Amino acid sequence: MLGKSAGGLFWMFRYLERSENLARLLEAGFRIALTRSSAATSEWQSVIATAGVTEGFVARHSEYNAPNVVDFLLRDRDNTSSVRYVIEQARTNARLVRTALTREVWEATNECWMVLDQALQRPIRERDLPSVLATIKQQSTLVRGTLVGTMLRNDIYNFARLGTFIERTDNTARILDVKYYVLLPSLSHIGSSLDNVQWETILRSVSANRSYRWLNGEDINPTSIADFLILDRSMPRSIAHCMEEIVDNLDQLSNRYGERSECAEQATEMFSKLDRQPIDSILASGLHEFLKGFIQDTGQLSGQIEQDYRFYS
Amino acid sequence: MSESKNDYDEMFGGGGDVREPYREYHDWVNSEDPGQLLRKSAEAETFFRRTGITFNVYGDTENTERLIPFDVVPRILSAWQWSKLARGIEQRVRAINAFLYDLYHQQEIIKAGRIPERLIAENSAFEPKMIGVNPPGGVYTHIVGIDLVRTDDNEFFVLEDNARTPSGVSYMLENRETMMQMFPELFSRIPVQNVGDYPKNLRRTLARSAPSACNGRPTIAVLTPGIHNSAYFEHSFLADQMGAELVEGHDLRVIDGRVAMRTTRGYEPIDVIYRRVDDEYLDPMNFNPDSMLGVPGILDVYRSGGITIANAPGTGVADDKAVYSYMPDIVEFYTGETPILKNVDTWRCSEPDSLAYVLDNLEQLVVKEVHGSGGYGMLIGPAASKREIARFRKLLKTRPENYIAQPTLALSTVPILTKAGLAPRHVDLRPFVLVSPDRIDITPGGLTRVALKKGSLVVNSSQGGGTKDTWVLED
Repeated sequence: MLGKSAGGLFWMFRYLERSENLARLLEAGFRIALTRSSAATSEWQSVIATAGVTEGFVARHSEYNAPNVVDFLLRDRDNTSSVRYVIEQARTNARLVRTALTREVWEATNECWMVLDQALQRPIRERDLPSVLATIKQQSTLVRGTLVGTMLRNDIYNFARLGTFIERTDNTARILDVKYYVLLPSLSHIGSSLDNVQWETILRSVSANRSYRWLNGEDINPTSIADFLILDRSMPRSIAHCMEEIVDNLDQLSNRYGERSECAEQATEMFSKLDRQPIDSILASGLHEFLKGFIQDTGQLSGQIEQDYRFYS
Repeated sequence: MSESKNDYDEMFGGGGDVREPYREYHDWVNSEDPGQLLRKSAEAETFFRRTGITFNVYGDTENTERLIPFDVVPRILSAWQWSKLARGIEQRVRAINAFLYDLYHQQEIIKAGRIPERLIAENSAFEPKMIGVNPPGGVYTHIVGIDLVRTDDNEFFVLEDNARTPSGVSYMLENRETMMQMFPELFSRIPVQNVGDYPKNLRRTLARSAPSACNGRPTIAVLTPGIHNSAYFEHSFLADQMGAELVEGHDLRVIDGRVAMRTTRGYEPIDVIYRRVDDEYLDPMNFNPDSMLGVPGILDVYRSGGITIANAPGTGVADDKAVYSYMPDIVEFYTGETPILKNVDTWRCSEPDSLAYVLDNLEQLVVKEVHGSGGYGMLIGPAASKREIARFRKLLKTRPENYIAQPTLALSTVPILTKAGLAPRHVDLRPFVLVSPDRIDITPGGLTRVALKKGSLVVNSSQGGGTKDTWVLED
């Protein structure tokens, strides 16, 4: 397949994943703002920080509040991490790689863009926010469903999945990094209501509050949350699960092409490093340092994939 | 201009009799609830939008993607009407390819005095770098769209020979797809010839025209100027339907005498390129040095037999409007036969007598730019204001060689569905022709374009035209 098409697929699915993550992030932030209005400002601040757009937000708005943050992350076309922008980009990439997609995947993507373009025409009123966020998640889920249900399992599929998991692992790492202080054992006040709310936000922003409870009952503690989101391979948004998928897809590509790629080596190395570390040692040597290093490595891996498979040159 | 009683309507004859090809359809449409039909019509729009069958309008910043309006009333031709047209089209396309070969080799037709030398020498579409080049399989124009208009039961005229890069075939295919989804019962009732083989035939045509350098199964690619081109949908649609690669200039480079595309595994050679990029932009090394759309050196690869370019560079010389006026001679010269399809009478304004006539009769004539397309830069005398006529008078006097003129034809009409019921609108027809070294395929039907505005003769989509599904009935 064309290098350009591989790049287009990779980015199409990174952008789709990003739209979904932004919706989850806003959902969690909105919930905190509703439950604890005194903590709202700092919560919105960390939502913006997690999305990695603090600079752009500050240049645009003077106050961290719901209308500003919601508008900036959902509708602002000048914000390259707004849902509106990333959905446009996802669709543009889909047009670019149209010949690599089944009709179903293309139409789901096109429809996703049409529906959200319509939904995000005007500023979102507070009472409409839950349904708009649900629509965003649903639309990107529909695209993923058509991908899984109709596409051949070949290199095209591998590049689509790589985009999804690179974006997702980066997102989970960022959520944790912005909130890492909540999970530090020394600072935690186990059982206090503030911490409960904060933990719950973290879990909600990766749609994992229910599954966590299924696994851990009422024993909510920072170590097991960190363990769940970083090392639990059964959790579909955990770093370990995403890395496992990345390694798997890169291995498949290496086998298909009969040549072991540099990025496959890098990913394997990242994954086995992750696997060797129990959660206690990650926390002991510094959660923030660990996450910072991981985010950097992921960026490097993404660049290596781009280079190895000739996305641009 | 108002509806004239004399315009030939393809569905209704004088006195409101339904013409034979439409009989079954008319029975059906009469039995349908008009409100329901209008709702279906709106449904069609949703279908087109969801599928992404849109085109970009240049210079339009607000709404950059538009739909070409689709009318749900089919345009129907009988089998015998079609077979006569098909014979005429085939004859014409054969002649065009022979003409192109001759122009780039011996130029017998000029030596024989059948066309003037300056017609070619002064023609910017003539490509000197193609002189003496033998295209693989001897085909210059693989994909042709002949624009036809009808004025009476048996009177079809060729309006234009689109021999360089005819577009619109994706609409022909999607229109049929849409009709079959919306009105399956019509197709089980009325036997309509299939158009769906076009992509398969296109692929075969391109594969059979592969160059000598090709070993095994040819690799085929569609070359597009990119996602912002107005016909991008069609480019990706055709690549997808054929199972071919869709490439842009920056995906390609010349390596070891072949044109190669950048894949995830390195550069791999391409055998046949269906290019939707104009000659001028095809090769910055050989043509326009500023082009970002082409592939430097592709023409040299072509000349040495390393790749097939469809359609061949320099093909445009055959669909020039000044050359058009000589088509009857061209057909006769190369086939030895009388042309089956008629040309519209054409005055070449470069000739003083013709110019004088045109200037005296501007109010009745259609004036076109020799190199123009898309319905731009033309004057429709009977519909034009005094000011426009004065403007063209001036243009004609300054650069007469730039224009031709034709009588205003009474284009046939076919009804469209309006809120007030069926109403006649003017139409044209673009059948699509595929030329392989050993055969010619003509898809039964083609793209019917319809002027949606009452009385209008301009069918171009860029100027408010729509399209219809075109049916050729089975024998």
